[in-house]
Amino acid sequence: MNPSVATNPPVATPFFFYGLAAVMVIGGILVITRKNAVHSALALITTLLAQAALYLMLYAPFVAGVQIILYAGGIMVLFLFVIMLISIERASKERQFNKQCLVGIAAAAALGGLLIAVFTTTSKGQMMFAEGPTSYVESQNTQAVAGFLFDRSTGMYMFSFEIASLLLLVAIIGAVVMAKKRI
Amino acid sequence: MIQKFIQYVQSYLDSNQTPGAAGNIFWAVVYVLLVFVGLSIAVICMNWLERKILAHMQVRLGPMRVGPHGLLQPIADAIKLLLKEDIIPAEADKVVFWVAPFIVVLAAFTVFVVVPFGPTHAITDMNIGILFMLGVSSLAVLGIVTAGWASNSHYPLIGALRSSAQMVSYEVAMGLAVVSAIMMTSLNESSTGTLSMIGIVQAQLAQHEWFLFKFFPLGIIAFGIFAIAMVAETNRAPFDLPEAESELTAGFHTEYSGFRWSLFFLAEYSAMIAVSSIAVTLWLGGWLRPFPNALSGPTWDLAFSLIPGLTFLFLAGMCFYSTVRMPKHPLFRIQTIGLGGFGIVLLLIGLVLFIPAVRVRVSDIFWFSAKVAGFMYLYIWYRGTFPRYRFDQLMKVGWKILLPTGLALLIVTAIWAMRSAVWADVVVPIWLAFLDLLRRIF
Amino acid sequence: MDAMLHISTLHYLVLGAALFLLGVIGVLTRRNVVIVLMSIELILNAVNLNLVAFSRYWQSIHGPGALHGQIFAIFVITDAAAEAAVGLGILIAFFRNKETVNVDEVNLLKW
Repeated sequence: MNPSVATNPPVATPFFFYGLAAVMVIGGILVITRKNAVHSALALITTLLAQAALYLMLYAPFVAGVQIILYAGGIMVLFLFVIMLISIERASKERQFNKQCLVGIAAAAALGGLLIAVFTTTSKGQMMFAEGPTSYVESQNTQAVAGFLFDRSTGMYMFSFEIASLLLLVAIIGAVVMAKKRI
Repeated sequence: MIQKFIQYVQSYLDSNQTPGAAGNIFWAVVYVLLVFVGLSIAVICMNWLERKILAHMQVRLGPMRVGPHGLLQPIADAIKLLLKEDIIPAEADKVVFWVAPFIVVLAAFTVFVVVPFGPTHAITDMNIGILFMLGVSSLAVLGIVTAGWASNSHYPLIGALRSSAQMVSYEVAMGLAVVSAIMMTSLNESSTGTLSMIGIVQAQLAQHEWFLFKFFPLGIIAFGIFAIAMVAETNRAPFDLPEAESELTAGFHTEYSGFRWSLFFLAEYSAMIAVSSIAVTLWLGGWLRPFPNALSGPTWDLAFSLIPGLTFLFLAGMCFYSTVRMPKHPLFRIQTIGLGGFGIVLLLIGLVLFIPAVRVRVSDIFWFSAKVAGFMYLYIWYRGTFPRYRFDQLMKVGWKILLPTGLALLIVTAIWAMRSAVWADVVVPIWLAFLDLLRRIF
Repeated sequence: MDAMLHISTLHYLVLGAALFLLGVIGVLTRRNVVIVLMSIELILNAVNLNLVAFSRYWQSIHGPGALHGQIFAIFVITDAAAEAAVGLGILIAFFRNKETVNVDEVNLLKW
């Protein structure tokens, strides 16, 4: 079958990374500032698709595929249906920021300060998370993920997998009960 | 200079990897352009073929005026659509109205990145090929929902919600049928299963059997579920209630006119070709010629490799026959000359396809395209034959018939594929433990 | 400038932190419940990006088979789907009662 990509990352990586990062950040800003909820949903879809592309750059194609199918193709369709079901044009003409927005901005600024402090004070001149020299293999990723989840000898996440399926069952029953007109 | 270029092309043609896997950006871009152009030509041909074949099925002639036998009709339609006035409804959300066709076109065109026309003739070979195709084709639902919403009108909204509910329902059945085909790829002697499209066809080659005939009748039932679900997924007859003219005045693309409507049209036909490519790759052996192992050997290889050229010669012969039978009137002179010219072009292409160097490289692409063309004919045949499903009947078929059948098929295929392991590791220990329990009690 | 051209794990972490911050601002300041839920999805995506970036870092140290971050990310996506479904169900039930989607008006239990 096809061999893996070379050990050196291709030269276009900074270009794609900064481009996708810009798309994601602009999408995030549009999500939190748009009046119309459908515009926010479309911006979030853009952010999710750019994130799937970033996963591909991180040599995680299976997670990228799951992100496209579940997040962009499933959860966002659900969001769009609910937005259209509750038809909130009236809400898009009212005030957009809630009563605690000043306190909220202050808390978010404190969080931002904390994150900046973490990133600037712990790497005094040396590279944080210096990587070892190894090649990244993309061509067996699905098989490796399946090995972790299902294989008898190497699978350590089988129990979590079963619990996740139970969680999804509970979520389905919960969503149906919550949205029914008469229980 | 020309020598270096020819050497560069030669060195690429001798490689054994897709351009994406080799990291070759230039050839990847060339392939992207080729796929784009090829898809556009295919959609134009599909338009003409659909109108002519439907017409002949309904005992009439179809378009005959615009070119010889209506061959220039799709081009006339395209020019008309491009020159139409661009109308946007007054209260429509302009940004979303503009974005919606692009989402659908994006979803329909991006799937062709992994479609394998040959062992190295794909733009790239992702490790998650089939997952990528299913995921990206599910993004079309978003475009349809936003198109219906942005039109700010009742019929498009109802059409969009019905259309997207139908597509989401049949995606589940499609996914189950696909999984039961993927399980058959793990039965090679040496390898684990694979989701990569090229890997699936190579698994069929290594197991000497198209997955359609594997574990008879499990492969055929899986193929049947996918064939029905793919027609419903692309909103085509007999599942086309959301866009039927007598029901909802064209559904979610009612308010779209001109170029925007042609984008939806392009996306619909590209999605048809994409899901047909999935079906061909998973069950019909992709680019493999018929009977790759039963009828093997140099004479059979030669015979099968002559078929592309013979097909084009046959088409050229049909063109010449129609040229001869054109009415002999001065007004038809241009059409007769045009048809004769078209026949000569097809003849030249057929003769080129007899050259051995070209024959070897083209046969993969030809067989893949021939199988996909067979599916396109099936789509048109369904449209001319079946009456339309009512929406509740449609949802009933999707959830109450295809989904349980798909689940049962998945379980049976899994047990049958692993039957030796299931027998030795599950059934025998339980039976022995039961006997042991009986021995202790009595 | 050279450090900015070689994309390392730190770049992904900074991007994840920025998205997390944007999501937190959205949750704390917006009035429309649906947009609050979408900001929560943004937060979960930032966390996923961190997990997958660290999975690549771990792979560079412990060989190409150390995919724990990616498996964690898959489980997070599954949980996000479940939570979005239930959250939107609650939203629909709430909307049916009060005909509004403001978080300011979810105050029936206030004393």
